[in-house]
Amino acid sequence: MPPSAARYALTPALGIRKRRDIKMFSRAKTYFRKPHIVISLILLVILLFIVIVPFGKMVKDSFVWQFADARLSRNSHPGELTLFHWKRVFAGPLTQNILIRPLYNSISTSLGVSVFAMVIGAFLAWLVARTDLPFKKIVASVAVLPYVIPSYIHALAWLNLFKNDRIGGVAGVFQYLTGISPPDWLSYGYLPIVATLSLHYFPFTFLLVSAALSSIDSRLEESGEILGASRTYILRRITFPLILPALLSSFILTFSRVLGTFGTPYFLGTPVRYYTLSTQIYSNIINRIPSVGYILAFVLIAISSTVIFVNQRMIGKGKSFVTIGGKGFRIKDMPLGSLRYPFLIAIIALFCAAVVLPFTLILWQTFTLYPDDYSIRHLTLLFWTGHANTAFAEGEAGILRNPAIIGAAWNSIKLALTASLLAGLLGIFIGYAVVKGRNTRLAFSVEQLSFLPYLVPGIAFGALYLALFSHRIGPLPALYGTFFLIVLVCVAKNLPFTGRAGITSMLQIGNELEEAAETLGARWSMRFRKIILPLSLQGAISGFILVFITVMRELSLIILLVTPETRTLTTMTFRYQEQGYTQFSSAISVLIIFIVVCGEAVSKKLEKRSPANR
Amino acid sequence: MAAPIIEVRNLTKVFGTVVAVDNVSFSMEEKDFLVLLGPSGCGKTTVLRMIAGLEIPTAGEIYLKGRLVYSDEKGIFVPAREREVGLVFQSYALWPHMTVSENIAFGLKVKGMKAAAIEEKTAAITAYMQLDGLRNRYPQEMSGGQQQRVALARMLVSQPDIFLMDEPLSNLDAKLRLEMRAEIKNLHIQTGATTVYVTHDQVEGQTMASQVAVINNGILEQLSSPKTIYKRPANLFVADFIGSPAINLIEGATGAIDTEEGTTVSLERDFWKAATLYKNIQSGRDIIAAIRPENIAVVPEEGFNTIPATVKTVLPSGSETVLRVNQGDLTLSVLMTREVELFPGQHINLYLPPEHLLLFDKATGQLLNLPEKTN
Repeated sequence: MPPSAARYALTPALGIRKRRDIKMFSRAKTYFRKPHIVISLILLVILLFIVIVPFGKMVKDSFVWQFADARLSRNSHPGELTLFHWKRVFAGPLTQNILIRPLYNSISTSLGVSVFAMVIGAFLAWLVARTDLPFKKIVASVAVLPYVIPSYIHALAWLNLFKNDRIGGVAGVFQYLTGISPPDWLSYGYLPIVATLSLHYFPFTFLLVSAALSSIDSRLEESGEILGASRTYILRRITFPLILPALLSSFILTFSRVLGTFGTPYFLGTPVRYYTLSTQIYSNIINRIPSVGYILAFVLIAISSTVIFVNQRMIGKGKSFVTIGGKGFRIKDMPLGSLRYPFLIAIIALFCAAVVLPFTLILWQTFTLYPDDYSIRHLTLLFWTGHANTAFAEGEAGILRNPAIIGAAWNSIKLALTASLLAGLLGIFIGYAVVKGRNTRLAFSVEQLSFLPYLVPGIAFGALYLALFSHRIGPLPALYGTFFLIVLVCVAKNLPFTGRAGITSMLQIGNELEEAAETLGARWSMRFRKIILPLSLQGAISGFILVFITVMRELSLIILLVTPETRTLTTMTFRYQEQGYTQFSSAISVLIIFIVVCGEAVSKKLEKRSPANR
Repeated sequence: MAAPIIEVRNLTKVFGTVVAVDNVSFSMEEKDFLVLLGPSGCGKTTVLRMIAGLEIPTAGEIYLKGRLVYSDEKGIFVPAREREVGLVFQSYALWPHMTVSENIAFGLKVKGMKAAAIEEKTAAITAYMQLDGLRNRYPQEMSGGQQQRVALARMLVSQPDIFLMDEPLSNLDAKLRLEMRAEIKNLHIQTGATTVYVTHDQVEGQTMASQVAVINNGILEQLSSPKTIYKRPANLFVADFIGSPAINLIEGATGAIDTEEGTTVSLERDFWKAATLYKNIQSGRDIIAAIRPENIAVVPEEGFNTIPATVKTVLPSGSETVLRVNQGDLTLSVLMTREVELFPGQHINLYLPPEHLLLFDKATGQLLNLPEKTN
C-alpha cells in the first residue's frame, strides 16, 4: 500500500474531503487555463452591464415614484413603490390617448409598411433574379440606395413636397406649383408615414428575397414545366412556397423595425397629433414622465420580441427547404417578352420616387432663401457657406461655417468610428467565445445575451439607457450627457450584428488554425494577434462599415440621450426641423447622405477584394 | 531502462454524458510508430488531442518523455504550447494569410529565434521538403499534396521528438496518398521521432505502423503489431474491422472431429463441420468462427474440410477476384489472386484450412485461446 493511501485510511473522512477539494481546485485551475472561458466570463459581465442591468433599472423605475410625478399626483412620494404609472398607462382615464391609439397607429403603420415593402421588394427581387429584365446589374445595385440613406430623409422630402400652410408652417412645393393646399391626410399622418417608410424599407425585402431566389435551383421549376404546368402555376406552387420563409422574415423584420422608428412618425405624425408608440415614448420622456415612457417601451419591446421570436421559430422549420444547394446548380432567366421595357420604366419610376425625387427636393430646399419660395430667382448658398447674418435664421452661419454643425459632424464621425470599432472588436471576441465554447452553457448565454438588443426597438433602447445612466451607479458617475454613453448605446445596439458576423467568421476560421499555433508554442496573446485577429479582420471590415453607416444615420436610438455637447448631425437635423429651419435640416441631411453613400461605396469596393478570392 | 517517450494511463474523456475515451492505457518507446485505428467517432482523435494538450482529459495520466503533463489526481495540466510535440492536422491548418515561408517560420519566431537563424532553418526545411519554388505562395494557391508538405515542414522545423498526426492523408486523392504514405514513413525513419498516427483507413494503418491500436467506442480493443492484429484479432470487432473484403463470420457450435493428427475441436453447422487447430474446448459451446476471404480455397473435389457452395456473384478487379458464394443460408466472400473461370449458379467446393479458422466466444466476442505452437 502506498504511504499516502495508508494515511487516508487512518483519517478517512478528512482524507476524502481533502482529496475532493484538491480535485475541485485543480479542475477549476485547468478550467481557467482555457482562454475562451476567461473571455466568455468577461463578455458575460460586460453584456450583463450593457443589456440586462439597464432593463432591470427600467423595470424598477416604472414602479417607483419619480420627483417629477408631483405634477401628476398629489400622493407622490418620490422613491417609494407605486403602481401609479402602470395604472396610468393601462387603466386610467388617459389610457386611450397614451396607449391604445398610439398602439393602434404603430401597428397599423407597421403593417402597412411591411405589406407594401414586401410586395415591392419581392417583385423587384424576382424581376432581377429570375427574368431577362434589361440592366439587371444596375437595378440590383441601385435598389439598395433608399435603404442606405436615413429613413427620416424620406419624411423630410415628403414634407418639402406636400406640407400645407395650415398646420403651423409654410407651404411645400406642391402648393407652390399648383396653388392648391394639400389636405391634411396627404400632408401628415398615416398615408405619408406608410408611403415614405415603404419607400425606405422595400430594399430590405429585396435583399432577403433575392438571396432566397438565387439559392433555388431553377431545375426545380423546370421539372414543373416538363410536367406541363403553366408559368403562373409554377410561380404559385413551386417558386412561391420556396421563398416563403424569406418573405415571412422580411415581413416580420420590417414590421419590428418600423415599430421602433422614431424620426418619420415624429416629423409626419406629431404636427397633427398622430402619435405612435415611439413618438409617445419620446414625448413622455421629454415631458418628464419617464416612467410612463418606460412602460410604453416595454410594450414596444414585448411586441417586437414576440414577432421576432415567431419569425425565428418559423425560419427554423423552413430552413430545410430554403437551402437547396449541391452540384449542377443553375438559374435560368424567364423571358418577360413585351413586358420587359414597361417593367424597366416602372422600376425607374420607383427609383425616382424613392431616391431621385427626395434627394432633389432636399437639395433644392437647401438653396432656397425663403422656405416657401422655390423659384430660381431666390436661390442662395447662404445656408451652406453664408456668414452669420442676423436677417436670416436668427443669425446662424451656413452649415459649412457653423461651428455648432461642424462640431456635430465631428461628433458623428467620432461616434460612428469608435462605436463601429468597439462593436466590431467585441463581435470578434463574442465569435471567439461562442465558437470555442460551443455546446457549453457559458457560450450559449454569451450568444443569447449579445442577441438581446436586437429585440429592443431603437427608441426603447435609448429609454433603457436613459433610465440607467441618468443617475450615478455605485462608483460610476452618471453617464448621462457624456459622449461615452452615446458610444455605449450604439455599441450595445449593434452587437447582435457584429456578434453574428464574428461567429460566422470564427466558424470559417475553425479551431485548428489556432491549435496549430498553440502546438508550436504560441501564447494566447500571440495567437490572437497573429492568427485570429488578421483572419477575422478580413471578414469584419464590411461589418465594421455597416455599423459605421448605421450609427452615422442613427436617430431613434440616441435622440433621448444627446445633450448640446454630444449632439450629432442627425440630432441637429431633428432640432432644426423642429424649429422650422428646413434649409438647415435639409443641408445637414445632404451632408449625412454624402458621408453614408461614401461609406457604402467603400464597403462595396472592399467586398470585391474580399479574402475569399485570395 | 529509459522511460517511455509517451505513456498514457487510464486516460478517460467524457463529453457531457458521452464517454469518448474510456480508460485507455499504452506506452511507447523511442522510434515507435503507433497507429490509432478505428471507425470515425471512436475517440481516436480525442486521444491524440489529449496527448497534444488541446483537450483536457477527464481522468488519467499522461507522461511525455518522462514528464507528467496531465494528471487529474495531482491537478497537473501542461498546456499544448509547453509540450513540444509536433502536430499535423487533417485539414493541415495552414494559415491562409501567411506565405509558405511565414507558415514555416512561425514556430521559430515564437521561440524568439533570430531572423538569420530562422531564415536558414526555413530554407533548409523547404529544400528538404521540395518546396523551394513555392516559398512565397499562399496555401490556397497550392495543391493538396503541396499543402501537406508545408504542414509537415512546419512541424519538422521545430524538431520535436514526438510527431502527432491526425488523418494527415485523408484529404488527398488515392495516388498522392500512396506517395505521401511512403514519404511520411521515410520521415519517421530519418528523424526517429516517436509517432502517433490517427487514421480510419486500415490499409494505411497496417502499412505504416510498428504498433496498431484498434479503438472502438472509446475502448482500446487491441494493441499489437499489424501482423498480429490481422492474423490474431483479439475480438470480433477487430476481426471484422480489419481486412477488405471483410472477414467471413460463421455462427456455429463446437464439436469434435477426427483428423490425421487425432481428435480436434471442430466448427459445426447444421449440415457440415470443419476441423480447427483448437484443443480442449468442450463440445456444444456457441461460437462464431472467422476466416479471411483469401484463406478460403476453391478446390475441384470434395475432401478434408471442404464444404459445398454455390457461386452467387463474381467480382473481378484486375489482379484479384472476389467471389460471393452461398453455403446454405450463409454468404461467404472468397478472394482469389488468380484468374478464375467461374459463373453464377455454379457448384463448387470450398476448402477451409484448419490453421486459418479462428473461433470466438459468441457471448463475449473474445478470441478463444489457440494452442501455443501454432503459427
